[in-house]
Amino acid sequence: MDISTRKSQTTEGDGPPATGTAHGTPDATRPDPAPRDEPAPGSAATPDTTPDATPDTAPAPVKPAPRPGATATAPGTATRRGDRVFLGLSRGSGILLLAVMAAIAVFLSYRAALAISEDRANFLTTFEWDPNSPEPVFGIAVLAFGTVVSSVIAMAVAVPVAVAIALFLTHYAPRRLSGPIAYVVDLLAAVPSIVYGLWGALVLVPHMNGLFGWLDTYLGWTGILAWQGGAPRSMLTVGILLAIMILPVITNVSREVFRQVPRAHEEAALALGATRWEVIRMSVLPFGRSGVISASMLGLGRALGETMAVATVLSPSFDIQASLLDPGGGTFAQNIASKFGEANEQGRDALIASGLVLFVITLLVNGAARLIIARRKEYSGANA
Amino acid sequence: MAKRIDVGGLSAFYGAHKAIEDISMTVEPRSVTAFIGPSGCGKSTFLRTLNRMHEVVPGGRVEGKVMLGDEDLYGPGIDPVSVRREVGMVFQRPNPFPTMSIFDNVAAGLRLNGDHKKSSLADIVEQSLRGANLWNEVKDRLNKPGSGLSGGQQQRLCIARAIAVQPKVLLMDEPCSALDPISTLAIEDLIGELKEQYTIVIVTHNMQQAARVSDRTAFFNLAAIGQPGRLIEIDDTERIFSNPSVKDTEDYISGRFG
Amino acid sequence: MSTTSTLARPGSLQGARLPQWAPWAVAVTAVAVAVAVGLAAGLHSRVQWGLMAAVLFVLGTYALSAKVEGRRQAKDRVATSLVWVAFLLAVVPLLSLVWETVVRGVKVLDGYFLTHSMGTVADAEPGGGIYHAILGTAQQVGLATLIAAPIGVLTAIYLVEYGRGPLAKAVTFFVDVMTGIPSIVAGLFILSLMLMFDLQPFGFAGSLALAILMMPVVVRSTEEMLKLVPNELREASLALGVPRWRTILKVVLPTAIGGITTGVMLAIARIAGESAPVLLLVFGNPFINANPFEGAQASLPLYIYQQYVNSAGSTAAYDRAWAAALTLIAFVMVLNLVARGIARWKTPR
Repeated sequence: MDISTRKSQTTEGDGPPATGTAHGTPDATRPDPAPRDEPAPGSAATPDTTPDATPDTAPAPVKPAPRPGATATAPGTATRRGDRVFLGLSRGSGILLLAVMAAIAVFLSYRAALAISEDRANFLTTFEWDPNSPEPVFGIAVLAFGTVVSSVIAMAVAVPVAVAIALFLTHYAPRRLSGPIAYVVDLLAAVPSIVYGLWGALVLVPHMNGLFGWLDTYLGWTGILAWQGGAPRSMLTVGILLAIMILPVITNVSREVFRQVPRAHEEAALALGATRWEVIRMSVLPFGRSGVISASMLGLGRALGETMAVATVLSPSFDIQASLLDPGGGTFAQNIASKFGEANEQGRDALIASGLVLFVITLLVNGAARLIIARRKEYSGANA
Repeated sequence: MAKRIDVGGLSAFYGAHKAIEDISMTVEPRSVTAFIGPSGCGKSTFLRTLNRMHEVVPGGRVEGKVMLGDEDLYGPGIDPVSVRREVGMVFQRPNPFPTMSIFDNVAAGLRLNGDHKKSSLADIVEQSLRGANLWNEVKDRLNKPGSGLSGGQQQRLCIARAIAVQPKVLLMDEPCSALDPISTLAIEDLIGELKEQYTIVIVTHNMQQAARVSDRTAFFNLAAIGQPGRLIEIDDTERIFSNPSVKDTEDYISGRFG
Repeated sequence: MSTTSTLARPGSLQGARLPQWAPWAVAVTAVAVAVAVGLAAGLHSRVQWGLMAAVLFVLGTYALSAKVEGRRQAKDRVATSLVWVAFLLAVVPLLSLVWETVVRGVKVLDGYFLTHSMGTVADAEPGGGIYHAILGTAQQVGLATLIAAPIGVLTAIYLVEYGRGPLAKAVTFFVDVMTGIPSIVAGLFILSLMLMFDLQPFGFAGSLALAILMMPVVVRSTEEMLKLVPNELREASLALGVPRWRTILKVVLPTAIGGITTGVMLAIARIAGESAPVLLLVFGNPFINANPFEGAQASLPLYIYQQYVNSAGSTAAYDRAWAAALTLIAFVMVLNLVARGIARWKTPR
């Protein structure tokens, strides 16, 4: 208690935490030097790197200082007040975050309700988007279809490839290669989606002609891979571009998970006489499964909500194409971006309504991912 | 079934660092050979060269000969995967596959080799679990995850998993160091039973344990930190602990260093 | 590993192994056959040649290995070749992305481009620059960071240092939920507020949407970093009678500060590339507007989009789009590299 009192008095006199370094060192006459040494070098950095955390809280401890009379109680209350202020601030931030989430749901729902009540057609099943006229008619059927199809293609392409690359980096590549490659993949995950969009529109699209022709020739009979020869700005191209875009994201998280597979598990398999692939199947993949799922969901979330990469590549239309190769269709996010410019207030509300649907879908996907991970954890007992 | 191991002039490296140097010894079949020595003297590294597990460590490299029966484990054309089937290993910390049930853990090695027949699989699993003195404790919960067992039970599960593929040799890398005394006793008893069928090599930090379980004991030491570890001597356990021929061994055993 | 191809001798440990050059031989053969077939069938796209070679390589490996080495080894080899093929196939587009951006971006990227706006340049004409867009992005992202970083860090502190009970659980859950919000939805949310108050697009509205996207990222990364701080440090400080809040400020935060900074910088890099909410809320503006609180502004990602969309195929506009993309990537990469540098330099372990 004695130390506590002395400490808080110093604190009060010191005022702003800029002097923290100065005060931390002379006080270190007590034993247990290890933890004391810790804050000293770091605290110098505190004021400039977390400007927000410190100034906010700094005034609180200073206030009680001018009351020198109350020697016995002042330190205690100051301590408690400092704690209370700090707790209040941090808890307040948490509550603010919740409030923002609630506000998003409430406001989007409100505007969406305004729009849907004006809609002269069924909002869910209509194949049309004309919300600006006095007799608005609009529905999300095409958008929902396009969003799901493009994301499914993206996932089908990206997840296996990403898992393979992650395995390549952790278990196959020569060590000297894998470090730098992992670093580059990490950086690629940070490339803005608009750049992927630009590249997709100007580089990928022309390259798709050959593939589309080939698919049409050999798999055109399936119907969904038939091609009438339009520009290859179709759902398949969008799906592939989205796959390329989310590939680094999924790869990074999966690689991180695979790297954390305990050596003991891999050696257990090795010592039983397992080949490299069998080691991966017996210990790496089971351990990493929930991580890969959550990585995939992360990627799926990005694919579902991706705006610019789709808007630049797709040539949209408000109908559903039977073939993945013929241009047309649309996604929620792409439609919002392309129709926003021409929308009046009513039109914007309609776009908000479609955005709300997208929001709900992403929430469901995230929720499902979390459920899967929670279940896996219980079963694997990896935390035991 | 058990086979003799003959090691000749074996050195092992981590990258450029030489971990053990020029080790030659013979491990008799159907006996327990214990490796003792101070930390870092390369006993575990040496153990891992005996089933080619050393080379899975990045930069791991081996020179010299390890004859299992009449075959050199490091000879040309030898498949490390088959070596590891013949020479099983139990690790310091029990490492059952966390996502597999107790049954699947024991069956894991068999399934690799394509033994899929349900009935024979169940038989071998039971035999192996009995062999590891674990059957009575787990027979009612074979489908529960192996990670739910206690540490000692997990270690015996790992032993069951290792003997299920019927190896010629069983290597144990400090198998009791993570266990409590009672579990340790159970494992030591088990080792005594297993040596009827297998060639067993055990690394241990615990000299009493070496004295209790082993027939022969090898003492490893290193001249200085950073120097490669060497085999100082190998002899009957009784002799090593009563009247070793090298003074270093005596000093180590009587607790004067290490 | 063996270096020679030997047939299985009676010895139990000997497995028949393919020689080390076998995979290369199979790969070369596969490529050769793919090229031959491609030429014969008149396939123009290199992508198809590559795909064909990949398929041939995997099948060839399996057939050869299954014949010589047995099924288990064959599976192992196929897995290896699939992993290599996947890697090589994925590298092509990603490298192309970087390559094209750099090669096409440097064409018009110069001092003039960085210091001039589009004010007097029509979309399809050459000339002009991105000064207005850089200014807009800097202001919008800066304001968003000022909002999101403190809230995010404080929330993380709450979750790690104080968080127990239903409120903390709710916050954790909704931070997760928030991470998944598509950027365009965040934009729509602010848009709905603007519709309420009948506001016209302005820079700060974009900042608010970006802040919403940034907050959960900051919370998550800060949380991770705070959790890395060993509990012994906290206990040592608390045991000395240091009040909790000072322990956090003086012990916990300084220890984790490197990681927190890294997290914030990575979050900045992420939102700097966001164009969707900016499109809805800031609208874009070819003129320089240095006031984020009034009037439409430009932004770098939005600039790229608009150059592409409004250009009607003009190469001048495409060149500008690439140059702006290169600038944006360079900015994001520098942020990333610096952030990682800090993380490496100041890890709490």
